[in-house]
Amino acid sequence: MKKKWNNHIRGRNPFQLLFLFLLFMLTVILAVIFCNIPEKSSVLEAGIVSMQNQSGVNSPVTAVLLNFRGYDTLLEVMVLLIAVIGVWSLTKATSFGNTADISPVQLGVVHLLTPVMCLVAAYLVWQGSHLAGGAFQGGAILGAAGVLLLVSEIPWTHAVPALVLRIGLVFGPLIFTGIALYCLWARGGLLDYPTGSAGWLILLIETTCALSIGLTLALLFAGGRPDENGSEGDIQ
Amino acid sequence: MITTMLYSLTGLILFGMGFYTLIIHSHPLRKILAVNVMATGVFLILVATAYIPVGQGDIDPVPHAMVLTGIVVSVSVTALALIFACKVQENSNLDLLRKRNHRKPMKERGL
Repeated sequence: MKKKWNNHIRGRNPFQLLFLFLLFMLTVILAVIFCNIPEKSSVLEAGIVSMQNQSGVNSPVTAVLLNFRGYDTLLEVMVLLIAVIGVWSLTKATSFGNTADISPVQLGVVHLLTPVMCLVAAYLVWQGSHLAGGAFQGGAILGAAGVLLLVSEIPWTHAVPALVLRIGLVFGPLIFTGIALYCLWARGGLLDYPTGSAGWLILLIETTCALSIGLTLALLFAGGRPDENGSEGDIQ
Repeated sequence: MITTMLYSLTGLILFGMGFYTLIIHSHPLRKILAVNVMATGVFLILVATAYIPVGQGDIDPVPHAMVLTGIVVSVSVTALALIFACKVQENSNLDLLRKRNHRKPMKERGL
């Protein structure tokens, strides 16, 4: 047993062992810090609770996401857009195969599931104003529906014009930026929603962003820019 | 309190394991997976700090909002990193993706 352990140690680079040791120390130090964190400071939470009725939504998470820290969310939507731009500038989309190779059971399931997934996504976005839910959850479901369509090689997914995809990608971020700039012009603060209309502005942002996020995730899965002559993933 | 500690420490261990793989292994796919495991550890820690036992008030929404956006951003980062890894494989002679193991078998080193 001991010999086996020695062999195990000797087979490794000394720097590897050093790194393992340092990493172990880091983990222990962080664990000690975690153990000594004082009971949660509720300053932030109390602030959120007291401002909740001004935020226009009843869900505290959505209020933080799109009102109190709206600037952060705006930048994260931009990160998604930049990721797609990065992927598109590197590769062209590849086709997975032929519709004829897909089993009829899978096609049937996709035809049943896609409308249901769109419905669930819409419900999640709507629910975001008072319960758990919102643009990112709805967008994730939409993205999953898009991935399902791509995997099943549904013919019309290859016939979507590239321009439509591009407009769909920037739709959510543009509406979000537009509302932010409107607030800057009308109220003097970026994303400082006018009193009373915060609720429907947040719903508008969430709906458009959910569409764009869903499209973003599906296109990231497609893994490349659409063909220039208009059809996505149609190569050779 | 115990629950929070348990989840936080699990997240910390996940972070450490991911960090180790990120530094030690040379294969790009392993590095991408390692970054994902690290991110999962951080999300677990953040959600654990927001945890409050049922019936003792509301959850802390700030970490939840951060994790929510973080997950979607980490998915897009993974996609971009995978494309980069494919490009590295296509444009280099290193055969990074074909190399099965970064360690040579013991016999080849004369041990």
